[in-house]
Amino acid sequence: MSFAWANSYEPKTDLTKWLDEKLPVPRLVYNAIGAGYPVPRNLNYMWNFGVLAGFFLMFQIITGIILAMHYAANTDVAFGQIEHIMRNVNYGWLMKYAHANGASFFFMVIYLHIFRGFYYSSYKAPREMIWLLGVVIFLLMMATAFMGYVLPWGQMSFWGAKVITGLFGAIPFIGEPLQVWLVGGYAPNNSTLNRFFSLHFLMPFVILGAVILHIWALHIPGSSNPTGVEVKKESDTVPFHPYYTAKDGWFLGLVLSLFAFVVFFAPNALGHAENWIEANPLSTPALIVPEWYFYPFYAILRAFTGDLTIPFTGIVLIEAKLLGVIAMFGSILLWFFLPWLDKSPVRSGSYRPLFRIFFWIFVVDMAALFYLGGAKAEEPFIVMSQIATAWYFLHFLVILPIISQIEVPKALPFSITEAVLGKDEGSSKSATPSAPPAGAMPEPAE
Amino acid sequence: MTIRLGGILFGLAITGVLLLWSLLPGALNFAFPTKPDYYAFQEKNIAPEGGFSFDGPLGKWDTQQLQRGYQVYKEVCSACHSLKFVAFRNLQEIGFTEPEVRAEAASWEVPGIDPKDGSAIKRPGIPTDQFPSPYANEVEARAFNNNALPPDLTLITKARKDGVHYVYSLMQGYNEPDPEDVAKSPDFETPPGLYFNEYFYNINIAMPPQLLDGIVTYSDGTEATTEQMAQDITAFLTWAGEPSLIKRKQTGWFVIGFLLFATFLGFMSYKTVWATKKPKKGSPDLV
Repeated sequence: MSFAWANSYEPKTDLTKWLDEKLPVPRLVYNAIGAGYPVPRNLNYMWNFGVLAGFFLMFQIITGIILAMHYAANTDVAFGQIEHIMRNVNYGWLMKYAHANGASFFFMVIYLHIFRGFYYSSYKAPREMIWLLGVVIFLLMMATAFMGYVLPWGQMSFWGAKVITGLFGAIPFIGEPLQVWLVGGYAPNNSTLNRFFSLHFLMPFVILGAVILHIWALHIPGSSNPTGVEVKKESDTVPFHPYYTAKDGWFLGLVLSLFAFVVFFAPNALGHAENWIEANPLSTPALIVPEWYFYPFYAILRAFTGDLTIPFTGIVLIEAKLLGVIAMFGSILLWFFLPWLDKSPVRSGSYRPLFRIFFWIFVVDMAALFYLGGAKAEEPFIVMSQIATAWYFLHFLVILPIISQIEVPKALPFSITEAVLGKDEGSSKSATPSAPPAGAMPEPAE
Repeated sequence: MTIRLGGILFGLAITGVLLLWSLLPGALNFAFPTKPDYYAFQEKNIAPEGGFSFDGPLGKWDTQQLQRGYQVYKEVCSACHSLKFVAFRNLQEIGFTEPEVRAEAASWEVPGIDPKDGSAIKRPGIPTDQFPSPYANEVEARAFNNNALPPDLTLITKARKDGVHYVYSLMQGYNEPDPEDVAKSPDFETPPGLYFNEYFYNINIAMPPQLLDGIVTYSDGTEATTEQMAQDITAFLTWAGEPSLIKRKQTGWFVIGFLLFATFLGFMSYKTVWATKKPKKGSPDLV
């Protein structure tokens, strides 16, 4: 795809002319992230996190490959092998800390990227496919990160693996055999560590493939923008290079500086002390929690403390553990339905006064889940996590569909050019300059 | 429409189940708690006056202190605790010369095999050996220690929350229980064979007080008070847990400096590239 006015690639040297005939990779790059990709000129800094996520994916793959050269997936030696990397491998400590904190930063930028999508409704037509692929990438990332955390074979590695693989045991009838098959035994053991290492090495490349599809799907409608008004003409856009390469470039430097600060001065701040103790199947840690980036979903899992029973009979319909598992997976899987749950024709939250209020309430709710997922399993945290979990589901499944029906959006700018410059020659020809363009009016209530 | 209806129904169902079957019974328990009070351990660790030499982004090892700490480990801790990820050759990093390391290694007995018949023997250590464990295995370790297992100390300052200050506090935590707290928790007692230590998560610890005044005689003449030895052993174990700590911080200054400079250059080129595209007051003719 491209807009009619997109720059077209013209090879200048003999080599690039030759290459363009045989295998036009430079043309592909030029059209994907070069001067051949026109991008709305009004993107704010929330649009920087996609490029950052791509950067951290590559960073994790490179540091991961180096670590794999020195690691050994065997329960007898894995923990000591990490110490070997920390002590004897040249700059092994740097690779280990960069990889562990790189995962944290990857999730940080992904969460910001996702919340950009929530606020600006990036999931809406014609960009549903980008969103769906994004949710797939997020799920793959979670699986990869979970398995990576098992590899150092510390206490939290072992017990985290035990709790999370134990979730499959909650599935009725097939649960227990399924869990034994997945783990390769009744508790995490050498087979588990080996398969997790194998999959942890494989899955980043699957993610990379999904990312390529994600970017491909993005280039069909082109990037969204903070007004949510689609691109109409050339003055609405700027070429990706040099405009957004320059913007992404300096912002990447800023984020990397912050990343370096964590890696060099507080490399263990985001981890758990418990994982510097070698795994011991006979000694259960006082508090088993996953890494911080899983906290919201762990809070949802733990919120279900009571079995679903028929009152006063004691008959259990669904056990609490299964309810928690359904809710935890459901909490992410429902993102797949988001393009059809939120039917408001206006994309940007800035033009949706009612949505905007609930968006910020949701941000607070999510922050609460982040806190509660890492808290001890005692009151008042349990009650708080139950309220926050209930609000999470109500927000997506009840509040969003309803406000998209009843809300009266604010007037949209005529074009991106008007939003940036305050005037647009095209709009003066229109009878009502500041009215939303056709197709952006709320549809009548059904 | 079907998706929205389905979504609303699923949303109401799952929140309904959560609120009625999980929150309601839990909230009743919360409103009428039945849990008794207990003697809580001291979660806030103490720090030495002026901090450790390796604290902060500009921290440095105090090699004199690390060597004193090594002496404490060798003469006191190593009777029960292993240090399995550290090798004798690493002692060069804390200021021992190569011949000193060789002599130091030879003063330890490590497990080996008899070159003539292959039977298990003890031989003097060489620099590439790791520090030997005082016990043959966990069963022996527990048998000698009232069924408690003395943990390996290599990573102890990283394997506990706020570990550096935890070790320092624990070494000085053998005080008398607070009578007020004891009165509030009727079940509190220190069973025979255990010792009260308010920094230990379980309040009662199997390790007896170790760093009694003067238990070691420092070769550099420093007075071996409990506080001094606690500081020294903490510094030594911090080094043992992360020998690259100081190098890491020094590298960090260089890397962050480079990155901030690159960021500055990037920002200036960003400003230049966008100069004609950003609306500015007094320059209405943008393209």
